[in-house]
Amino acid sequence: MNELSNPQEITDKKKRYAAGVLKYAQMGYWDGDYEPKDTDVLALFRITPQEGVDPIEAAAAVAGESSTATWTVVWTDRLTACDSYRAKAYKVEPVPGTPGQYFCYVAYDLILFEEGSIANLTASIIGNVFSFKPLKAARLEDMRFPVAYVKTYKGPPTGLIVERERLDKFGKPLLGATTKPKLGLSGKNYGRVVYEGLKGGLDFMKDDENINSQPFMHWRDRFLYCMEAVNHATAVTGEVKGHYLNITAGTMEEMYRRAEFAKQLGSVIVMVDLIIGWTAIQSISEWCRQNDMILHMHRAGHGTYTRQKSHGISFRVIAKWLRLAGVDHLHCGTAVGKLEGDPLTVQGYYNVCRETRNEVDLPRGIFFEQDWGDIKKVMPVASGGIHAGQMHQLIDLFGDDVVLQFGGGTIGHPMGIQAGATANRVALEAMVLARNEGRDIRNEGPEILREAAKWCKPLEAALETWGNITFNYTPTDTSDFVPTATPAM
Amino acid sequence: MDDTTTIPPATVDLAARYEASGVAEVLRELDAELIGLEPVKTRIRETAALLLVDRARRDLGLVQETPTLHMSFTGNPGTGKTTVAQKMAGLLHRLGYVRKGHLVSVTRDDLVGQYIGHTAPKTREVLKKAMGGVLFIDEAYYLYKPDNERDYGQEAIEILLQVMENNRDDLVVIMAGYADRMDTFFAANPGFRSRIAHHIEFPDYSDGELMRIAEQMMAAQSYRLDDGAKAALAEYVELRRKQPHFANARSLRNALDRARLRQANRLFSESSGPLTAEALSTIQEPDIRASRVFRGGLDVDRPRQQGETP
Amino acid sequence: MRITQGCFSFLPDLSDAQITAQVEYCLENGWAIGVEYTDDPHPRNTYWDMWGNPMFDLRDAKGVMMELDACRAAHPDAYIRLNAFDDTRGVESVKMSFIVNRPSEEPTIHMQRTDFEGRTQKYAWDVRR
Repeated sequence: MNELSNPQEITDKKKRYAAGVLKYAQMGYWDGDYEPKDTDVLALFRITPQEGVDPIEAAAAVAGESSTATWTVVWTDRLTACDSYRAKAYKVEPVPGTPGQYFCYVAYDLILFEEGSIANLTASIIGNVFSFKPLKAARLEDMRFPVAYVKTYKGPPTGLIVERERLDKFGKPLLGATTKPKLGLSGKNYGRVVYEGLKGGLDFMKDDENINSQPFMHWRDRFLYCMEAVNHATAVTGEVKGHYLNITAGTMEEMYRRAEFAKQLGSVIVMVDLIIGWTAIQSISEWCRQNDMILHMHRAGHGTYTRQKSHGISFRVIAKWLRLAGVDHLHCGTAVGKLEGDPLTVQGYYNVCRETRNEVDLPRGIFFEQDWGDIKKVMPVASGGIHAGQMHQLIDLFGDDVVLQFGGGTIGHPMGIQAGATANRVALEAMVLARNEGRDIRNEGPEILREAAKWCKPLEAALETWGNITFNYTPTDTSDFVPTATPAM
Repeated sequence: MDDTTTIPPATVDLAARYEASGVAEVLRELDAELIGLEPVKTRIRETAALLLVDRARRDLGLVQETPTLHMSFTGNPGTGKTTVAQKMAGLLHRLGYVRKGHLVSVTRDDLVGQYIGHTAPKTREVLKKAMGGVLFIDEAYYLYKPDNERDYGQEAIEILLQVMENNRDDLVVIMAGYADRMDTFFAANPGFRSRIAHHIEFPDYSDGELMRIAEQMMAAQSYRLDDGAKAALAEYVELRRKQPHFANARSLRNALDRARLRQANRLFSESSGPLTAEALSTIQEPDIRASRVFRGGLDVDRPRQQGETP
Repeated sequence: MRITQGCFSFLPDLSDAQITAQVEYCLENGWAIGVEYTDDPHPRNTYWDMWGNPMFDLRDAKGVMMELDACRAAHPDAYIRLNAFDDTRGVESVKMSFIVNRPSEEPTIHMQRTDFEGRTQKYAWDVRR
């Protein structure tokens, strides 16, 4: 392990601003004694310096490149109060158990950021440091936003509390399913799946991320048939139902057009994909706020930069940005399903979405305290390769405020889609009832499910079909502070 | 459900149950915290034993019914009725006779309303909060006003009687007050008399007991009485007991509160230099003797209002 | 038609012992419990009639069960639900809600479609007996 150096800022102005190249630490981007201010934006990077690069100098470079620095000294700095604009790397420590990697903490003065703009924030923080040559790899692990900055965002347009009030659904996770196959169905056939799932007991059905307006199904067709299904299912159950209509499109103009149509049809919710970009997300969030619409965020594409532990951005940072930018639903992983996610790390994402205030929680990957300044809470979504047989694990891991989405686990049911939905709903209600009665669902879960399956044929069939399916692969994005494993059945 | 649990056991181990219940702990606390009150402590020990045996008999299938557990606590003010009620609630909880074991303490004003239709909701509100615990009604006889036929207290009495009969598994009612007035109250309301199984009388404290209580109270606040103060206080107790509205430990507490005030004034007017901890925590004879009780006057023991100085 | 609003509508109707256990769970969480009833289970019928105010500061479920019994006696053929309210800052809303009484014969919800523009429909529901 490299010895950590102790470089000093050059304070002699003549030497400091002489033309030429200085080390970033010498330019004032490292200050080991710096005490972050309550109003500073804080960022934690995991960096892997190139061979022979001093970690502190690398940290200073990250701070420099994400704030005011360029590669050489410029005299024009002296026309500004440049010291206050320099981000300060203030702590560098080796990553436990991972030689060559360092956690580097950087503080940014509030003046560096435009209010209410994730685009501006990200342009600074992840603008160019990730391609910086002296680093082999860099990953943005966590951020802390001062309340003053948080309050420049409106946050989720609806929030999970108001969403529940609008839906009149309390005390247990919401249930959803993604319509399958994701591509190819005509509008009429597609709506059939939606109707069956909702009538069978789900609260929501969902478009998948890549269903937009392809040759096999024009978006208006999909919206019309889906809303017929939603409203009809409401009539036969007496419950408020919904379908996340995916309004993702090539331009904002087209997205607004689709959003307006969804609203005209009486949908309670619309959906966009993460790949539309931060500015588009903030714009559609504003539209949702103006139109009493719940905004569902499908995190399509995030795996390209969140999954590898050495390089990219942790999903917890994406979740924080999305809570500020303003989404109501956010896919956060399942821990037990088919997609990447170690249970504690995933719980960390959930806490970012749902807590009024995050405390430091290293096992869950939360490095900073975060006061959310009463900004609304995001409803996390667990989706991907989960089934009724895992109900006890899901409730134990995530609690009540989550949407559990069983796509294949609903539509692939041997007795049909309605039966699949019913199996999930019965499993959910039986498990919540038992938990509230004080039973230990983590251990007694399978028994509770079997008890309910005695009188619920669809649940019995679901357990027979999927009871033994698990996805036990070693997660890549795990905590650095505890040994972790994907839970077995 | 495990079928074997429905077959009653053939024997019970009372000692083991006594230990497991945690009743001993409550009785020990009672002994340690309350000075005197020997007859009360004896009655409580007897009651605990009875309930332990009753529970065992029910577990053996000898009896089915929940016994009537409503009680009356009679005695003069300041004789520890509320404190004992608190302990009783803990005891009944440990013995499995009430589910939660909290104490809800009320008087007529909490139960009886000011106008038509007001009383029933008020009484029900109190009863709902007391469910699973013990409802302590202090000076219960004020519920009954024989000179006013249309008094709303009657409505509260009827609801109480109904709940005391129908919800024996859900709550225990303790009615408290002066012995003679409770007797009159029960005579006029035989429904209560028949539903109350345990009568516990709280005797006045003896002079010696009151002196021990005084020392305990002072010690709890890091004060002490010097010999002169002790002698004066003994005399005070003797005199005060003969006056109206004597309220045992409560009268004593009030007298000591006033003594602390006088001590503070004395220290201010007398002292010129630095004061020792000893001086700051000693009550002297003049602090007690200044009471008007020594001049044939009366110290008032009404409860102080918040913010009012003694 | 079985209305499936509330937490446990897909389970067999809860017994009083089961309801008591759920109420105990709510009380342990410090939630206040309200009893509400209605003849109109329309999905947008937000305000059912309150059977008194929500009950605060109860220690034991029996207090709620007494009110539920009284409400059932007065409205045996109504929908009755228990709502649990959480006053925690950042929540301040209903935390749990479940149906504890149903009419012997439940009504149906009729859906009315009205042509609007193109093929779009305006949907409306009404409860029919």
